[in-house]
Amino acid sequence: MSYDVELIRSDFPILERRVGDYPLAYLDSANTSQKPQVVIDAMVDHYERHNANVARAMHVLGAEASAAFEGGREKVGAFIGANRAQEVVFTKNASEALNLAAHTLGATLRPGDEVVISVMEHHSNIVPWQLLCARTGATLRWFDITAEGRLDLAKAASGNLINANTKIVSIGWVSNVLGTVNPIAEIAAQAHAVGAVMVVDGAQAVPQLTTSVADSGADLVAFTGHKMVGPTGIGALWGRYDLLAALPPFLGGGEMIEIVKMTGSTFAPPPARFEAGTPPIAQAVGLGAAADYLHELGMADVAAHERTITEYALKSLGQVDGLRILGTTEIGPEGRGGAVSFTLATVDGLDIHPHDVMTFLDSRGVAVRGGHHCARPLHERLGITASTRASFYLYTVEREIDQLIEALDYTRNFFGRAA
Amino acid sequence: MSVEAMYQEIILDHYRAKHHAGLRDPYGAQVTHVNPTCGDEVMLRVALDGDTVTDVSYEGVGCSISQASTSVMSDLVIGRTVPQALELHERFTEMMHSRGEVEPDEEHLEDAIAFIGVAKFPARVKCALLGWSAFKDAAVQALAGETTKEF
Repeated sequence: MSYDVELIRSDFPILERRVGDYPLAYLDSANTSQKPQVVIDAMVDHYERHNANVARAMHVLGAEASAAFEGGREKVGAFIGANRAQEVVFTKNASEALNLAAHTLGATLRPGDEVVISVMEHHSNIVPWQLLCARTGATLRWFDITAEGRLDLAKAASGNLINANTKIVSIGWVSNVLGTVNPIAEIAAQAHAVGAVMVVDGAQAVPQLTTSVADSGADLVAFTGHKMVGPTGIGALWGRYDLLAALPPFLGGGEMIEIVKMTGSTFAPPPARFEAGTPPIAQAVGLGAAADYLHELGMADVAAHERTITEYALKSLGQVDGLRILGTTEIGPEGRGGAVSFTLATVDGLDIHPHDVMTFLDSRGVAVRGGHHCARPLHERLGITASTRASFYLYTVEREIDQLIEALDYTRNFFGRAA
Repeated sequence: MSVEAMYQEIILDHYRAKHHAGLRDPYGAQVTHVNPTCGDEVMLRVALDGDTVTDVSYEGVGCSISQASTSVMSDLVIGRTVPQALELHERFTEMMHSRGEVEPDEEHLEDAIAFIGVAKFPARVKCALLGWSAFKDAAVQALAGETTKEF
């Protein structure tokens, strides 16, 4: 069956909304995606018919809730190509997944050890490593970027960035600002060659690409539910099981233990070891439904649509006077994520601040994000303080891009009126 | 309230040509205030002679609302005493939290009443307040410094 985007849009009730006098053009999916009716229904059905706590409740509802929760894990594991569902640790979001990775992997770090990230990372893949280095005395180092917004692998090689002291490398799979798809397998090979663990922030990749974590080269991959048509409140850390089994606990509490005595405790095997307390149960059910939904659409077709709509957006935005796209303006052989960030200036060269752009676009029904998109160091590296970002997903259509372009032209003329 | 009405000519004029911009010596106190959610930043200095504001100088990055508001604020407070300037801060803050439902106090706030439209957009109120909050912080610190000097 061919990819019928209008039919797909009818699965998402919110896309029928109007904002003031305009139809909603939701171009903020890299921030959070909208939810199809099947995901909403799955969560409502769970609360209406099967709600109970998991694992510890022994009654019928408890068994149903446990089965639904673990069913969500199985669906997510299958969706990302994990070897087994037990490699999927549920967290509350990708940030918590990365913090889990930093805390557990970092437990043995010492002064002299090095952690490698990149300047294009989201804050959630920067700050946990900064905190880790501050705790342990390890050194944080990072990849720079090229003028095209790709990781500068040559500079990294000549600067011996990944070396015998490197213990952890953590890189975003797809940039949330530039849309760059990073060569994860290549960097993972470099990390593994020096005995380092490869962590990947997959928050922007798992929703858009056909993902096979087991074949990615990564040892740990963090991602979140709400960017992949699932609910908020649930994310995941996938890890190779032997690695997870070797890691110490993260948060302590109920369900993560084996035996608790006042003199000390022993801990459950993964994934329970990392899931203290009552987990996000209905959210796991919703995320399982989201994984099913994406699987039925076919991730190859989702990725192809993303590419088509991003190509159209790059072409359209490229024709707006005074607009400068950050990073690559073409889709390379490695592909490109569906986020396009840009700056806008009036005819006389006045920079229109992204918050002003966002406010104007919002008044014309176009939802985008303005600011540093949780990537302040990247903006600083690019010599700017903020940008406007339009981001697309499996339900984005060309008329929404056209509405964006019209609104940008209008904004530019408004701010240029005094020129 | 339309977005066009929020961006009054006077706001765009101040955004294009900020008054009293740049960091100058001497100064009694310097502060940095940020809006972490949007990344707007202002570093601001206040110079006093006794309790009179003789200069406000600043460097900042941010949207037209935050930049223009800082510019208008500096026009208003320079030459006033700290208590008078802090009273203006009170009046401006009150207007910005009114959701645009009060009659703006042109007698005291002068050009700053141009920001009444911003009060209708809750997400942008903090933009208009950034420079004013930095001024209050710096003025209070500078005044404390002046007081210490006297004794």
